[in-house]
Amino acid sequence: MISPANYVALAAILFVIGGVGVLVRRNALVVFMCIELMLNAVNLAFIAFARLHGDLNGQVIAFFVMVVAAAEVVVGLAILTSIFRARKSASVDDANLLKY
Amino acid sequence: MTGSLAAIAPTIPAPQIQYGQLSPMLLVFGAAIAGVLVEAFSPRPLRRTLHLAITLGSLAGAFILTVFLAGSSSLFGGGRAGNVAAVGAVAIDRPTLFIQGTILVLAFISVLLIAESSHEVSAFAAQAAAVPGSAEEREGLLAGISHTEVYPLTLFAIGGMLLFPAANDLLTMFVALEVLSLPLYLLCGLARRRRLLSQEAAMKYFLLGSFSSAFFLFGVAMLYGFSDSVSLSKIAIAAGGNTQSSVLLYAGIALLGVGLLFKIGAVPFQAWKPDVYQGAPTPVTALMASCTLVSAFGAVLRVFYVAFGQLTWDWRPMMWGIAILTMLGGSIIAITQTDVKRLLAYSSIAQAGYILTGVVAASTAGLSSSMFYLAAYGLAAVGAFAVVTLIRDQSGEAGHLSRWAGLGKRSPLVAGIFAFFLIAFAGIPLTSGFTGKFAVFQAAIAGGALPLVIVGVVSSAILAFPYVRVIVLMFFSEPVLDGPAVVRPSAFTSVAVGIGLLATLVLGVAPEPLLRLAHEAAAQLFVR
Repeated sequence: MISPANYVALAAILFVIGGVGVLVRRNALVVFMCIELMLNAVNLAFIAFARLHGDLNGQVIAFFVMVVAAAEVVVGLAILTSIFRARKSASVDDANLLKY
Repeated sequence: MTGSLAAIAPTIPAPQIQYGQLSPMLLVFGAAIAGVLVEAFSPRPLRRTLHLAITLGSLAGAFILTVFLAGSSSLFGGGRAGNVAAVGAVAIDRPTLFIQGTILVLAFISVLLIAESSHEVSAFAAQAAAVPGSAEEREGLLAGISHTEVYPLTLFAIGGMLLFPAANDLLTMFVALEVLSLPLYLLCGLARRRRLLSQEAAMKYFLLGSFSSAFFLFGVAMLYGFSDSVSLSKIAIAAGGNTQSSVLLYAGIALLGVGLLFKIGAVPFQAWKPDVYQGAPTPVTALMASCTLVSAFGAVLRVFYVAFGQLTWDWRPMMWGIAILTMLGGSIIAITQTDVKRLLAYSSIAQAGYILTGVVAASTAGLSSSMFYLAAYGLAAVGAFAVVTLIRDQSGEAGHLSRWAGLGKRSPLVAGIFAFFLIAFAGIPLTSGFTGKFAVFQAAIAGGALPLVIVGVVSSAILAFPYVRVIVLMFFSEPVLDGPAVVRPSAFTSVAVGIGLLATLVLGVAPEPLLRLAHEAAAQLFVR
């Protein structure tokens, strides 16, 4: 039996991996996947806390997060595909018209 | 059979929803859904008219409902601070109603700019899916069509903005945050001209915005772990009764703070603001510079005053640092800007810093002065961006400041109005900017934040430099040869500029009524 507290630690680790991925990866799709990883880390944290507290709210919140993340995918992929079609590149470094 | 089942199964009480108290938000969301139906079923020539009627009608209606609620005795009778509606999810109190009313007025003016169609068909792309420069895009432009989806998208964003500062638990706040952000990401990418810039702005806003939402959410998870609840008042109780220091609590405050401060564009979370403000269609920039800022500050105020109200000593040093960085960072980088929308973006960052000094005060004076500043700045910002839409050449809006040289000689009126807005942003007396700054700095001094006020005054002096440079450029330099022309504004833009101008002047000369209103709204702080 693994203590739920360990899952919180795992969630924090996943969140950090996602955050570092956002900062170092160059492909917009991979950046976006890293953000999704962060959101899933949050879900894990909510469920672990729900288990720790013996409270169902955390599990319900995880559903809300999933729904919102799905909506975010719809909007995000629409923006990313339109950029890819215009520039033939999904690299965030190539989108450099706006600066300073 | 059914009787025995009912006897065994525990009855689930139906939640009590106070529809009357939520009516402004419900009206706006309902109108947004009606807008989607119009988009689906109405013939193209009719759409714009129908959308305008629905959008402007619902915003005006929601404002009237908000005013009614503010005067209702069932909410505030017997000295009550307000009510927590929808089973604790939404708080309806006086500060919320003040902020919602402000958002609705600013949104109404922004929608007038969005609807402007006299310079070209619209500020929005004919077909956002068509690749820039393709034959498909040319076809759409020649057909003279434009995306009318912008109206329902705007309404969804405004609905989210109304809910964001009213949310009484962090889950509702997160959903509201996404409801306001997702349509804005799309709206940013829909410009008719300079589409590559617009798409780039949308991508940057989207990636950074969802990055910050993830931080917000992880903060919510930490606070849920700490207090076993996401309700702001329960978090406040758990934090108040906490005797030993808790990693979860402080990690939660910090991560939640990152998510919220990103939305207001405080340094070091400001990177998106100049790019997005420059790349987005100017009417959308006006919407973001006014309504989003007001809404995000409403949420910041509620979270830090209600949930962390007893931890003032813990979060104040962090807020001090961020306010100082924001004021100085915004004003110093503004000096080097050569694009008018970027200049206004950095100015907006610096203004966010001034409002943060009011937040730091953590008192009724801090709350009322922040709310006054938000209303005054929002009105001036909408007016300034409305003027920007008028200065055009063949390629659309002339954003580069070098193109603005000598504008004051060719059209003194428009240049004069823009100069007046800049003077208001700089905080010169007899403008609303001065009154707002005076109010927040006064509240900050009363809250013991004198060093912050000194930094604020210094940064206002720095910020005055780029403004004065633009004014000098407009009035005292020779016009460029093929320079941009000032187009004749239609009724929509004229009204937007007029309201912004009038409000900036009136709130500078006779700020008393609005100041008193903000003071009364803040008197009992937030409902818990």
